[in-house]
Amino acid sequence: MRTLLEVEGVSKGFGSVIANENISLTVKEGEILALLGENGAGKSTLVKAVFGLVKPDAGTIKINGTVMESGDTAAAIASGVGMVHQHFQLVPVMSVTENLILGDEPKRFGVVNIKQARKEALALSEKYGLEVDPDAIIEDLPVGMAQRVEILKALRRDVKLLILDEPTAVLTPQETDELLEVLRNLAKRGVGILFITHKLREVMAVADRIAVLRGGKLMGTTTPKESSEAKLAQMMVGREVVLRVEKSQAKPKDVLLSIKNLRVSDDRKLESVKDLSLEVHAGEILGIAGVEGNGQRELVEAICSMRSRLSGEVIVKGQEIPNLNPRAAHLAGVSHIPEDREKHGLVTSYSIADNLVLNRFDQAPFAKGWIRNLEEVANNGEALVEKFDIRAPDAYLSASSLSGGNKQKVVVARELSQQLDVVVAAQPTRGVDVGSIEFIHNQLIAARDAGAAVLLVSAELDEILSLADRIAVISNGKIVAIFNSKEADRNTIGRLMAGLAS
Amino acid sequence: MDAKQSRKLDFSPILVPLLSIVVALAFGGILIFIQGINPLLAYRVLFTTAFGSFDGIAITLAKATPLILSGLAVAICLRAGLFNIGAQGQLISGALASAWAGYTFVGLPALVHIPLALIFGAFFGALVALVAAVLKAYRGVHEVITTIMLNSIVIALSDYLTSNPFKEPDQPLTRTPKIQDSAQMPDLLGLPLGFFLAIGLSIILWWIMRNTTTGFSIETIGRNKNAGWYAGISVKKTIMLSMLIGGAVAGVAGAVETLSIIGRFEPAFNAGLGFDGITVALLGRANPLGVIPAAILIGGMRASGSTVQFEAGVAPELVDLLLAMILFFVTAPLLARFFKNRKENVAMTSGWSN
Amino acid sequence: MKLRTSHYLIFAFLAAFTYFYSKDGLVATSVLYTAIQFALPLALAAMVGVMCERTGVVNIGIEGTMLISAFTAFFAGAILKNTVQGMLVGVFTGAMMGLLLALMAVNWKMDQIIAGVILNILAAGITSFYYRQNYSIPSTLDPIDLPVVGAWPILGPVLSFHGPITYFGIFFILGLWFALYKTSWGLRSRAVGEHPSSADTAGVSVTRLRYLNVTVAGAVGGLAGSYLALEAVGIFERGFTAGKGFTALAIMIFGRWNPLGALAAALFFGLTQAVTNQLMIDEVVEIPPQFINMLPYILTIVVLAISAGKVRPPAAEGIPYEKEKS
Repeated sequence: MRTLLEVEGVSKGFGSVIANENISLTVKEGEILALLGENGAGKSTLVKAVFGLVKPDAGTIKINGTVMESGDTAAAIASGVGMVHQHFQLVPVMSVTENLILGDEPKRFGVVNIKQARKEALALSEKYGLEVDPDAIIEDLPVGMAQRVEILKALRRDVKLLILDEPTAVLTPQETDELLEVLRNLAKRGVGILFITHKLREVMAVADRIAVLRGGKLMGTTTPKESSEAKLAQMMVGREVVLRVEKSQAKPKDVLLSIKNLRVSDDRKLESVKDLSLEVHAGEILGIAGVEGNGQRELVEAICSMRSRLSGEVIVKGQEIPNLNPRAAHLAGVSHIPEDREKHGLVTSYSIADNLVLNRFDQAPFAKGWIRNLEEVANNGEALVEKFDIRAPDAYLSASSLSGGNKQKVVVARELSQQLDVVVAAQPTRGVDVGSIEFIHNQLIAARDAGAAVLLVSAELDEILSLADRIAVISNGKIVAIFNSKEADRNTIGRLMAGLAS
Repeated sequence: MDAKQSRKLDFSPILVPLLSIVVALAFGGILIFIQGINPLLAYRVLFTTAFGSFDGIAITLAKATPLILSGLAVAICLRAGLFNIGAQGQLISGALASAWAGYTFVGLPALVHIPLALIFGAFFGALVALVAAVLKAYRGVHEVITTIMLNSIVIALSDYLTSNPFKEPDQPLTRTPKIQDSAQMPDLLGLPLGFFLAIGLSIILWWIMRNTTTGFSIETIGRNKNAGWYAGISVKKTIMLSMLIGGAVAGVAGAVETLSIIGRFEPAFNAGLGFDGITVALLGRANPLGVIPAAILIGGMRASGSTVQFEAGVAPELVDLLLAMILFFVTAPLLARFFKNRKENVAMTSGWSN
Repeated sequence: MKLRTSHYLIFAFLAAFTYFYSKDGLVATSVLYTAIQFALPLALAAMVGVMCERTGVVNIGIEGTMLISAFTAFFAGAILKNTVQGMLVGVFTGAMMGLLLALMAVNWKMDQIIAGVILNILAAGITSFYYRQNYSIPSTLDPIDLPVVGAWPILGPVLSFHGPITYFGIFFILGLWFALYKTSWGLRSRAVGEHPSSADTAGVSVTRLRYLNVTVAGAVGGLAGSYLALEAVGIFERGFTAGKGFTALAIMIFGRWNPLGALAAALFFGLTQAVTNQLMIDEVVEIPPQFINMLPYILTIVVLAISAGKVRPPAAEGIPYEKEKS
């Protein structure tokens, strides 16, 4: 079999961070190479270099034996590389057909032949058995369907090498299995596949060969037969990994957070939380398992009073939280680790110390009436940097210079350093290194043991399974089942997440 | 403001504006040279007229006074992430209102009359800003277009008022009557009282931004609106508050001009002061103290424009051209990059309705 | 049926027309003729906004672009004693302003509002510094008497005898609509304005397309400025664009970033002004002239207040594009 892709000695740095260091690997025709590594290991940078989206500092990339000019996406596409991006590269307001033809439109004198384009779209979807409606608008499609469009878009350009960047992050276990099947079929047709993931199960299921990255370096290449999940995990992290978080038995007490008949609409004004009721007790972690986009974000924002409730109540310690008043929710005892720390959690141009008082800058001791007490702000900053192991020379550094994990620690430190009643943690470890993940998990368990009611929302089923005491499955804006974590079974939860009756 | 500034000294907030002035003067010099005039002569006249004598400095500071205030009006809004291009309209509204209060009320002692007229100015300046503030906070209409439109509306309205109900009787000119003596702002140490008022307001606003919870709220909303909302700061209130402060300060700028320089309201007399405020604010890095030197520099250029024409033969609009180039160089990141490899993203632009 | 904005516009149009036509047919046609003349610079200027914003660049420098183009068009026309050459100089000047905006917004990734303000202040500074009195152009651009159409009843005198820029402008707007929605350039431009990284990953150069569109849009702004100086009035005064470039942005929003929508909105603005003027002349209403001057500005604010929140701007508008990192 021919070698499709040869990466030789590629290095790439961003400022002082080395994303890739002297990496070499190959992909052959009809082969599935899994690129395994944790968040921040340099997987995305490497494939972006292959696709011409990132210019490597050193090294060469050969496709079909030809050395590629670095940073030239068009050339990469022309030589048969297709990429399915982690964040879909689809124009939300355009139709499936328009998205498929973008950049290579069937046209005459510059005028797009939309009829022919539509025919092509249908033929393509038939050829690969990936059914889509060519006239549907992308933003109306469910995630799994949008991903099909993304894959078709790559396949349309007659790909020889298909790159998939964390394609399963947004899929249900069942959708994931379907995708893996599609990949196997493509490989049989001779397509080389470079498949990026940090999920061991998928790697073992589908890969022909496995390349493991850690800290920007290639740790080695192996095959599923020669390896095991535990071995791969060790290669990935560099030490023995406790896949199961250690925690004591939960001792749930009174209900602290109670949600009654909550209805919330999303940004597009469609109802995305539908008559949802839920109770969280003091001293327990309730995990919300679900595929992203099933109302989790709106649920969290409604609890924290950041998003308007159409109807229903949020009650914390017996006290109703008013609508659209984040300050009131916070004062009532809701700590909120937001899903998007850069958007909501931090003012990155502020110092760490200012960020650590972001939602209580006007309360004692950080302010006396109208006047801020900058000394207290500084003391608090120094104390929390120490206590929460935030890796920074001092608390006056601008938060923008911190790594993702340390930024998240700033948010966690702020939210968990106050009186703990209700903790709402949304995707608390997304894009965070393993060390920080462990730390944040332990902090959440400590909060639980201190008597807080913890609501954990995560797209990582593994995170939910290992942290939660009870698991509520959300699908299409409703809680479809609640399990005790001991009775929880991955398969059943997966089916429920997909909206299938179990 | 940050809890404590990082200890490393950073000169770029001073060096970049200085360098942009130098580069703008160099370009302006080339343009003057093309016209067959010695640029060094023109600049020497410009400099000595503005800063060469005590009288010159006094005139410069008098010219700088409304610019400090209009610069503050723009700067405070910039801090909140709002671009107040409407300082011009707010200033005219304040100037007219204070003139009205100045000639209408009779028999008040100066100690009452002057503050009253200033408050009229502040109130009517804020009133104009209120329109833009409400539309921004509650309807999401971008403040840039509304404030520009309000400028034109206020100019037309003030023209109507001074040629009809507020017109000085039995006079051909469209202008209001002269203000009472009791409303006339006196000089202090040979400088207009308004100058000290402007400096005082700058210091107060600087202190508020640095040390109070209000300042922190404004700063937070300006840097990251979403994080401010998450942190429980009311975005609407903050937008309203900073626009109203901006409008009131611009109104005071107009009032000071009326009460200490012009003595009445005449439509054409306040032209451009509000727009110069934009240059002042950006040159002063939107810092309430930074606007002071920026305003003095521009005030000096404005003060000597006509002398430069008289002695060097360059059209006084040279100053407009120089200011435009200063603005270009101070905001273009080229010079900033020359010093530092960082990007300052003050992204105010994100669509017309958000 | 829900009444849409366009229905209101048609009602307004019919009401105004019926009113004047019942009084005097000649007056009615002349009001419509004037409405087109008021509308054209606004519509063309709105196209500048449409072209820029559809590719994701906010342009509030339209006012300055028109001002400086009107300036160069007029003085070039006067010095060269050739109005057509003056127009070409005006269009070229506009393109240069577009190029400067592209440089600031695309290359330097500056805040686009500030970049636009710089264009306006630069234009004001340059035109007032170099302004000279006692110049005149040989003649305004000659109006064209349309064959066939000119002889139609009612419509003939409305549509015929406009200047060349007017006719070109209307064809340009129709062409832009076609290009935006039917050609690959349009598809790519819209993709760049909505979701630039998907265009980039499909091999479309975001930078190149933004440069192209913003520069061409600048040339259109130059044409609008030339229209004011060479076709509408035949003079140049300091600051004589009088906020039309900003009103154009409201028209663009009102027209939902669609060339035809913006053309309709511009005609509505033009008609409002023409009708008010006629009412003044007929002494039906007595309004101080200052309030007549205010009308377009008030209309702009009202239109924005109505449209805000209901319309959806191109998603990537105002955001400099950076290839994703890490």
